[in-house]
Formats: sequence, structure tokens, C-alpha cells
Amino acid sequence: MVKPVTVKLGVSDLTIRYGRHTALEGVTLEVHEHEIFGIIGPSNAGKTSFLKAINRMDLFDSAMHVQGQITFNGIDTSKVRNIYGLRRRIGVVFPLPVGLPLSVYDNVALAPRLAGRKTRADLDIIVERCLRRAALWDEVKDRLDALGSMLSGGQQQRLTIARALSQEPELLMLDEFSIAVDPVTTMRIEDCLKELKKEVTIILVTNLVQQARRLADRTAFFLAGSCVEIGVTEDLFSGAVKDQRTRDYVDGRFG
Amino acid sequence: MFAATRLNRRNQRIQKLSRLVLGGMTGLLILPVIIILSVLVYKGGPIISFEFLFTSPTHGMTAGGIFPALLGTILLVLVALLASVPLGIAAAIYLSEYAPDNWTTRAINLAIINLAGVPSIVHALFGLGAFVIFFKFGTSIIAASLTLAIMTLPVVIVASRESLQAVPRAFREACWNMGATRWQTIRRVVLPNAVTGMLTGVILEVSRTAGETAPIMFTGAAFFLPLLPQSVFDQTMALSLHLFVVSTQVPGMPEQLPYGVALVLISIVLIMNSSSIALRMYLRGKKKW
Repeated sequence: MVKPVTVKLGVSDLTIRYGRHTALEGVTLEVHEHEIFGIIGPSNAGKTSFLKAINRMDLFDSAMHVQGQITFNGIDTSKVRNIYGLRRRIGVVFPLPVGLPLSVYDNVALAPRLAGRKTRADLDIIVERCLRRAALWDEVKDRLDALGSMLSGGQQQRLTIARALSQEPELLMLDEFSIAVDPVTTMRIEDCLKELKKEVTIILVTNLVQQARRLADRTAFFLAGSCVEIGVTEDLFSGAVKDQRTRDYVDGRFG
Repeated sequence: MFAATRLNRRNQRIQKLSRLVLGGMTGLLILPVIIILSVLVYKGGPIISFEFLFTSPTHGMTAGGIFPALLGTILLVLVALLASVPLGIAAAIYLSEYAPDNWTTRAINLAIINLAGVPSIVHALFGLGAFVIFFKFGTSIIAASLTLAIMTLPVVIVASRESLQAVPRAFREACWNMGATRWQTIRRVVLPNAVTGMLTGVILEVSRTAGETAPIMFTGAAFFLPLLPQSVFDQTMALSLHLFVVSTQVPGMPEQLPYGVALVLISIVLIMNSSSIALRMYLRGKKKW
């Protein structure tokens, strides 16, 4: 482990409030390029709010107030004027698959089209590549014109991953992607993520502690709006933790 | 094991009773509709003919057809639709997709609801003042249609906004997360899924204007015209006003004529409504989520 790390995403003293309610307080962390950064923690820990702040989704939610600094590629996101360009570089996958009411093809082609890529040949290549990377191509290649929402739950979730990849993001954020997915599909997606790591940086929010252990290079433990611990994943699980609460959580004693 | 206790029996009795009462109320509700329709068909049906629909009134309106009024009503509703639909849909898109949730928006929403409650005679006087006199349209189809359009705007806005709100927010968020602007999201995801509901809802609401009398009386509908209107700046006859005239204003009117006019008027509304409902049912079958 001698290769130098590049900081992809820097978060310092991030606080997120909804009205009077504080969802996240004083979080400082760094996500390195080409790593899978796991975030574990019980529900209501502020994990999803954290992802929303990175993507500047606070602009669409008048109740959400973000303080602190987030840098993406070293640039302060609150000073980015082209937030659409920022969001295109960040792909998001939600807990429940959101199959837009479009065909499989159009679901994946939407982001390139929004970005102005129009030729059919161009789009064909992008769609196939993204569906392959999301391990869905073989199952849907014969019915690209079928509605995305007609696919099974697991397929839809892989479709949303393909859609997120079609933006050619530098950072991929997955928010508890396996909630509505069967174990076999989950494993297939996890294999995909290990492959994807070579090309993109991944933030993996999960409430499955073992999933973080399988995938994440480093992991942060969020609890009730604060970041309790950040460390190399194996350290968190081998007991080399600073905080007793982390040990209790990864051992399944609460949460 | 499944023997009914006293409490079970009592609950079942109450259940039967409430079903009977509620069902009876519903029956009572549709009774007037059935009576109105059957009386109209019985009394006005015999007069309906090709001649009645497509010729002008003669003999001081006591004979002949109703073509100028029929054409006038269709024109008035169409021009009103052309004016109110783009305006109402634009406002609905703004209110649903762009407007922040603050007191200004709430005030606008309240104003729209209140506008829907303004009596039609007040709209008529507003139309007279604004379109006939201020904009110098005179009493004309355009003035009457714009008055009708103003009157239907609130329901057009509310119906369109409801269709827009029925598109799940998750679709919008997925799109925003891809870096789409609000307009791209509306254009690509929200509108394609809302537009059918919007249009059918709007037609359903606007068809009711076919029967409005007060707003067009002062602004563009005439008692009797020997000629058909040549442009939207001419006056026109209209079925609703014609019905009022032939029922109350002309002595020696054959009894079946007003019933015939009423039957035609109600048929126009029913045809528009049922085609809109049919369209909605057809599209619901093709719904994508």
C-alpha cells in the first residue's frame, strides 16, 4: 500500500439541518479515488442526508440546510455554478429501484441524451456498455424496448445502476441498494462493484454490516447524526476500534 | 370455533344496515339524472332531426332548427379551451414544479380556489368591463370565450396540477440526480406521464362551460341572429341562451322545442364527458408504473 492516495471527496465539519432537526453534525472525512468507501449505521443516522448534501440535492429541498465544506476534486461544491455538471459526475442509486416509465433502452440512454449525445450509434454503445457493467445485458438484450418497470425488482435495481453509470460518473453513490434485492442478485451486484472500483470511486451506504466488510476498503460508522469512527474496514471488524459503540454495532449487539 | 358471538351478530347487522343506507343514498342521487334524461328524451326526442340540427330558426323561433345556436356553443367552448388550456397548464406547471413552498405560493393557491368560487354573473360583468369595453372587442365570440376561459381557469389549473402531482417525486429526483435541469425533468419525465391526465381532466371541467348562460349573455351571445358569425369578432347565438329564450321569452312556442334544445345541449356535454372518460380509461390501461 505505497501508492499515493488522491482525495476524491473531502468533507469538513458538515452539518445538515431540516428546520430545527439536526440530521448530521460536524462530520469530517475524506474519500479516496478508486476506493469503495462504506458508510454503516442504523437508520436515522444521517447517511442518506450525507449523500444528498454531496449531490447538492439540498437545492431541491427548501427545508434542508447544509453547513460546512464539501470538496469534489478539490473544488468547493457550494461554489460550483454548474451544479448540473457536478451532478452528472456523481451517479446515485436509491434504496428502492426507480425505474423511470421508459423503455430499458431509454432509461439508460436518458443521461447521455440530457448531456446532448444524440446519435443512435453513440447511444447504442453506451447502453450496451452500461448494461454489461451492471451485469444486466444478458438478461435484457432481447427486450431493450420493454418498459423498465416491467423488469423484476433485482433487474430494476441493476437497471438503475446502469443508468447511473451512463452518466459516466467519477463518483458512484449507492444508498442501501440491496434492500429490495434477493441475495443472489446482491452478490452479482457486489461483484460488479468490485470491478467498477477500477474506474470510479464508490460510496456505499449500507445497513448490512457484512456487506461493508466484503466490499469497502475503508468504512465510516454513523450514529445518530455524527460520525463515530472512520477506519480501514478490516480494523473496524477485527476489534481495533476506538469507540465501544462501533464494536457493539459491528458485532450486532445493537442497531 | 367459528360460532358467532352476540357481538359478531351485532356488527354484522350494523354492517348490513349501513350498506343499505349508503347504497340507498347513492340511488337517490342518480334518480334526478335518470328522470331529467328520460323526460328530455321523451318530450324532446321526437323533434330531433337532421333538419332541426342543421337549419336556422324560422317564424320567430317557433319553428325551424337550431343550427346557429349549436354552432355558436361549439365555437364558444373551443375558443375558450384554446385560451384557458395553455394558460392554465403553464400556471399549473409553474405551481407544481417551480414555485417554492412559501407564503406567496400559498396565497396564489388560495386566490385560485377563491376564483373558482366567484359567481358566474360576476365573471360576466368582469368580461363586459374587460373584454367588451376595455379591450374594445365589443360583444363578440372572442369576448364571450375569454370570459368563459377566465371562469374555467381555476379548475383547469387545479386539474392539471393534480395530474402533475400524481407523478411520483422519485422520478423527478432520479432525473435531477443525473444532472437534468428542472425543465429537462419536466419535459422528459413529468409531462409525458401527466399530459393525458391533464387533458382528460381539463376537457371534463371545461365541457361544463357549454351550459353557462350568464357570462355570455353580456359579452357575446345574441337573442337572435339571421346570419352565422363570420369571425370571432361577431356575435353568435348559443344553445344555453337559446334555451332560455325559447322557454320563457317567446309566446306561442311549441312545447317540444325547448325540450329538444335542452336535449341537444345536454348531449354535447355528455358526449364531451364520456369521450374524455373513455380516453382516460384507455390510457390508464397503458399506464407505465
